[in-house]
Amino acid sequence: MSARSELRIMRGREWSRPVRAARREVLSATPELEEGRPPLLFVPGFGHGAWAFAEHWLGHAASRGFPAYAMSLRGHGASEPAPEASLRAYAHDVVQVAAGLPRQAVLVGHGAGALVVAHALARYPARSAVLVAPVFGGWGVLGAALRRNPSGTLPAVFGGPLRLSRGQLFSRELPDAEARRHIARLGRAGRRAQWALLGEPEAEPAVGAPPVLVLGSPDDRVVPTSTLNRVARRYGSAPLLFPGMGHDLMLDARWAEPIDAILDWLEKEPAAH
Amino acid sequence: MSTSTDHGRPDPEATPSALSRDGRPVSDRGDTICVIGAGASGLTAIKNLREHGFGVDCYERETGVGGAWNWRHDRSPVYASTHLLSSKPFTQFPDFPMPDSWPDYPHHSQLLSYFERYADHFDLRSHIWFGTEVIRVEPAAGERWDVTTRSTGGYGPERTSQYAAVVVANGHNWSPKLPRYEGLEQFRGEIMHASSYKDPAQLRGKRVLVVGAGNTGCDIAVEAAQQASRCWHSTRRGYWYAPKYVLGRPADQVNDSLLALRVPLRVRQWLYHWTLRLTVGDLTRFGLPRPDHRVYETHPIANSQLVYYVGHGAIGPVPDVARFHPYAVELTDGREIDPELVIFATGYLPRFEFLDASVFGDSAGVGRPTLWLNAFTPGHPTLAVAGLVQPDSGLFTLSHWQMVLFARLLQARRDRPDRAAAFAQRVRDRAGERYSAQVKESSRHWFEVGHADYLRAVQRALHDLEGK
Repeated sequence: MSARSELRIMRGREWSRPVRAARREVLSATPELEEGRPPLLFVPGFGHGAWAFAEHWLGHAASRGFPAYAMSLRGHGASEPAPEASLRAYAHDVVQVAAGLPRQAVLVGHGAGALVVAHALARYPARSAVLVAPVFGGWGVLGAALRRNPSGTLPAVFGGPLRLSRGQLFSRELPDAEARRHIARLGRAGRRAQWALLGEPEAEPAVGAPPVLVLGSPDDRVVPTSTLNRVARRYGSAPLLFPGMGHDLMLDARWAEPIDAILDWLEKEPAAH
Repeated sequence: MSTSTDHGRPDPEATPSALSRDGRPVSDRGDTICVIGAGASGLTAIKNLREHGFGVDCYERETGVGGAWNWRHDRSPVYASTHLLSSKPFTQFPDFPMPDSWPDYPHHSQLLSYFERYADHFDLRSHIWFGTEVIRVEPAAGERWDVTTRSTGGYGPERTSQYAAVVVANGHNWSPKLPRYEGLEQFRGEIMHASSYKDPAQLRGKRVLVVGAGNTGCDIAVEAAQQASRCWHSTRRGYWYAPKYVLGRPADQVNDSLLALRVPLRVRQWLYHWTLRLTVGDLTRFGLPRPDHRVYETHPIANSQLVYYVGHGAIGPVPDVARFHPYAVELTDGREIDPELVIFATGYLPRFEFLDASVFGDSAGVGRPTLWLNAFTPGHPTLAVAGLVQPDSGLFTLSHWQMVLFARLLQARRDRPDRAAAFAQRVRDRAGERYSAQVKESSRHWFEVGHADYLRAVQRALHDLEGK
């Protein structure tokens, strides 16, 4: 409640230069019986598309009674190509899809998608939010990536694509064939959005004071545990940890554990209001 | 912070209390807040008060949401072709954007579906009592309010409930303002106020005089140019007719590029005049009077088509009406014209028939409340008016922030009474403040604000309320 006076009313630049409309891919799985649960909107990170959640999490959430939606940011998956997309355009995409859902949504962001969600939270009063292995940028994350995967990371610094490796994304438990299949589907984010991970100012405070859950893996080769702690502290909590999993928790071998934890939390957590 | 009153019906039988007014029982609604009206401003009041943890009872005289924008409502002023005057970024609620797939200037039916989606998305309908009108709002002890309601149309018994606070969101575009003219009673032609104009078929093949150069008057004049056999358009003075697009973008977005840079008013006026000269041209050539004021000094008119039809001779610009004769209308320049149908697009006046005029400091009874930020009443810290603003842009963003500010004020009354008291003092000191360039004196401009000046003032008020 402390940062509330930071509310920004004047948005001259956004009003005079609205984000250009783009066609977006949204996949969904809805429970057979409407149980009045809030809809979930899964937001994939850079390079990933809605497919990453369609693989396991979407159906699993629906089987537990939550209407579940997964979107692809512009330039990803089956959404419209957008090589010049900015972080602001991505946040706009999330708010557009969220506001188009029948009821107030829970935003679930993964990787850099968690940063996009953090920005979207300042523009849409989500019921609650979940940040999965959040990549909030900064030089520390770049350093870790350069150490672990120099050849895949270095080109991104100069505006080229970011190529994540199997070792960064998945644990050894995931069969090789499956890992290769996922990696083959990876695309890339816009240059400007990639650079934003280095220098973009922090997201404004969320509107509507939604509860926020942060989770990740201590064995994530992209997001160090210190980052998880820092992000969770920002939202006044501690991260939920799933040891032994890679960065892509929704695709890794033990994908069911984190999504069950998220759904349990949503069932327990009283709505923000 | 849910209270026991969150979901109950305001039912005197269920909550017996010692309260009464004029010998009738008053049911105590505890910390619940009453919102009057479920139009755009009422909906955002419910949403933001709920978001800040308050229980809300909203009373709506009609059976649907959307207020003026719901064409099914008796009091709705919209006509078939009504489109927005401000483009999407200025019109939408700041935390619930309109879909990307909509045009820059949506149609009124899209706006209604927007409000219906807003109500469903944030689950607002369960807090609205439809078909219920508020007939009295009276101050009670402890800065609380007694609100008396009954079924719309006067059916059923009256019931009175006591609330911790009241938001008045009954709209200000439903009670027609009709100017007095000599001889109007003897006029044999048809007369209507723009509020009854719904469809261009009403104009087809007729000789039509449209009075008034507000946005509605200009819209109707354009439709008359397309449908009527003859169209005159009578205006009191010359105006600046701004196109909806300039330099290939919605005009208000171009304008706000300058506002964002805090370009001074005089410079903006000069640029605006210069842009209009290049795009719209010199209107006196068509017989339109030269504007007697600078742009931004009257409510802006956004109409790309009016000048086009004047140029095609389909609209005849004429001066003010002097008097009516049985079969003719005499103009102030002495000319006489013979319309069959006269449409008065002369605007609306606000009405708060359920509230004693003295509450708003309107002791003269002219219907013009004295408020700070067009929302807060000196001496009544638990009363707020939502949406009583005529911005040079979209209204809903302004209503949204008014209600965020009110919700936080109510929180401060509970948690930080010193801050709330300081706020109340500011309301007393600054009531009547204006947030626009010097505007022409007219009831049209009672609530006129420049959206940037106004929102900056709200931002400052929020900061003063909560800042360190």
